Amino acid sequence: MWETIIQITPHAIAFTIPLLIVSLGGLYSERSGVVNIGLEGFMVVGMFAGALTVSLLAPAMQGTAIWAGLLMATLAGAVFALLHAFACVTLNANQVISGTAINMVAGALTTYFARLITGSGNIVIPIAMPRHNLAYLADIPIIGEMLFSRAYASTLLALVILAVSAVLIYRTRFGLRLRACGENPHAADAAGINIYRMRYTAVIISGALASLGGAIFLVTIAGEYNGTAGGLGFLALAALIFGQWKPIGLLGATLFFGLASTIANVSRILPYLAHIPDIVLQTFPYVVTLLALVLFSRSSQAPKALGEPYDKGRR
Amino acid sequence: MKLRLSKTSAVSLGAIGLGLFAGALLMAVTGSNPLAGFWHLFRGGLMNIERFGNSLASSTTLIFTGLSVAFAFKTGLFNIGASGQMLMGGLLASAVGLYVPLARPLLLLAMFLAASVGGGAWGALPGWLKVKFNVHEVVSTIMMNWIAFWTVSYVVPRYLRDVFLETQSRRIPAAASLRTEWLTELFRGSYINLGLVLAIAAVAVVAFLLERTVLGYELKAVGHNKHAAQAAGIDINRRMVASMAIAGALAGLGGFVFYAGYSVNIQIGVLPAQGFDGIAVALLAASSPWGVWAAATFFGILHTGKGFMTAMTGIPPTIADAIIATIIYFAATGVLIENVWDRYSKRHEQRAARRRRVDLEQGVK
Repeated sequence: MWETIIQITPHAIAFTIPLLIVSLGGLYSERSGVVNIGLEGFMVVGMFAGALTVSLLAPAMQGTAIWAGLLMATLAGAVFALLHAFACVTLNANQVISGTAINMVAGALTTYFARLITGSGNIVIPIAMPRHNLAYLADIPIIGEMLFSRAYASTLLALVILAVSAVLIYRTRFGLRLRACGENPHAADAAGINIYRMRYTAVIISGALASLGGAIFLVTIAGEYNGTAGGLGFLALAALIFGQWKPIGLLGATLFFGLASTIANVSRILPYLAHIPDIVLQTFPYVVTLLALVLFSRSSQAPKALGEPYDKGRR
Repeated sequence: MKLRLSKTSAVSLGAIGLGLFAGALLMAVTGSNPLAGFWHLFRGGLMNIERFGNSLASSTTLIFTGLSVAFAFKTGLFNIGASGQMLMGGLLASAVGLYVPLARPLLLLAMFLAASVGGGAWGALPGWLKVKFNVHEVVSTIMMNWIAFWTVSYVVPRYLRDVFLETQSRRIPAAASLRTEWLTELFRGSYINLGLVLAIAAVAVVAFLLERTVLGYELKAVGHNKHAAQAAGIDINRRMVASMAIAGALAGLGGFVFYAGYSVNIQIGVLPAQGFDGIAVALLAASSPWGVWAAATFFGILHTGKGFMTAMTGIPPTIADAIIATIIYFAATGVLIENVWDRYSKRHEQRAARRRRVDLEQGVK
């Protein structure tokens, strides 16, 4: 049993990391009051930008190309997020419809370009992110072995982003304003906060992080861009709700989902898990999210103004 | 008598125009001739009776998913789970088609019922969660989509699998298929099938239900103003669950006509895009049932024509999806088009008023 846990943890972590970054992306947007069901689309954009950059630069830059790919993906996501921000913030559009459009535009547009570039619509990256024993951290007993030995550098990156986000959202003026925009935008406006600028910033950060998450998924697990993120963006959305819109909650939720998905993938080869039907493990994240929604329905921590376009005239 | 365009149709037409413009821009940027692209795109969907039949066959599924989304919209609910409902409807219909030995009419009826029940249950549950626990239907239908996705991935390889491929179900017997000889022959071997007849009937039934029945009136009342509807004595909770169940059943029937009409089996690992295209259809139609038919036909032509366009011009077929996605985006940002419209019609009115004044003054002289 213990052996198995040690064995599957690195896989679970590898799966958790992109999920965590994407759901952190969702956190910024939704904390500012803008629903972002376009996470899946932003991931696809990130995977496309990442795959393109890595496959172009790998011959010249080798390993550094991976990082260039992650950077380009982040930038691409930030730019693409302007579409969602423009619709939701400037034009007061229905945020769910805009998010749906984002998902569809992302898939169609990137596949269009991928077909023109490669002819097949897939972009396979020639190199992947290497696994290392992370310095010092890997030497920590038990945790080090599980989390940091033979780990991707992106694990560290994700943890840094998580920590920075937690501090930013709860301990800075920016974070206070962000939360105010999502809870009571009219009061925030009265206090002199520019709601539109805050929400634009939040949606752009959201797109950037979700695309970064997509690119990390690409360079660690997927290995190719093929026009879809396999529903991972929606899983991140589920994690955002299950984690009740809190950074530490997101860590817990994504770990939980990452573990469930990994167990679902390996259950056939593990004798004592073989009797659990796959369907139980695979639908597990969605079912527990529905259950969480039911349980927390009275005390949901969702931002109060989530999904409402800000109408200055109604103050 | 001048033809007056309403604001909603202006938004729809504006969105289509902008979507096509975005498509043209995309073709031009990537070095293709947009005129040739569109010529072949529409020719591919319309140029002969077989292709036109295929366009109608593609539109059949979209009519159902579009009706599903539009129906929920009428009650103020957003059904983003048409894909999952479609999968469950298709799964149950396929299971009945493969396992129940009945004569053709009865078998098709049983599949029809199975699809409605599968889709209906997948819609009713989010409706119930909404009224009972205040769970937002957007989130719960997204979760239900993925639960359906994995359910199909579990059930098909174990109970319905194809002899050669684990990833798809067995081909349904001819008796269980909506394809029928006279229609196929009439359209020279196209995919068109009885599903289209069902779809048009569904449009008529939904239009009748919404416009001519008490239930339809009450559902729309809930959509317009929940609180007023409640004050007027309408049981809004039951109406919302009913609306989601009917929307789910419509999408489930979309699964029936797709997996047992357009296709002959059901694949795993696919969340059908038609569920999301249904959102585009409903938005373009401004939720009117007859508008759904028109919008679905338009998208059906795009989907059928894209392969021909690719063969003739080398423009990737996903251009059709990009156009549809852009149309959704501009339909969502309808304010943009509405503003232009308002400004235009205001100027128009001012000019008309000025003209009347001038006429009046000249009359005085």
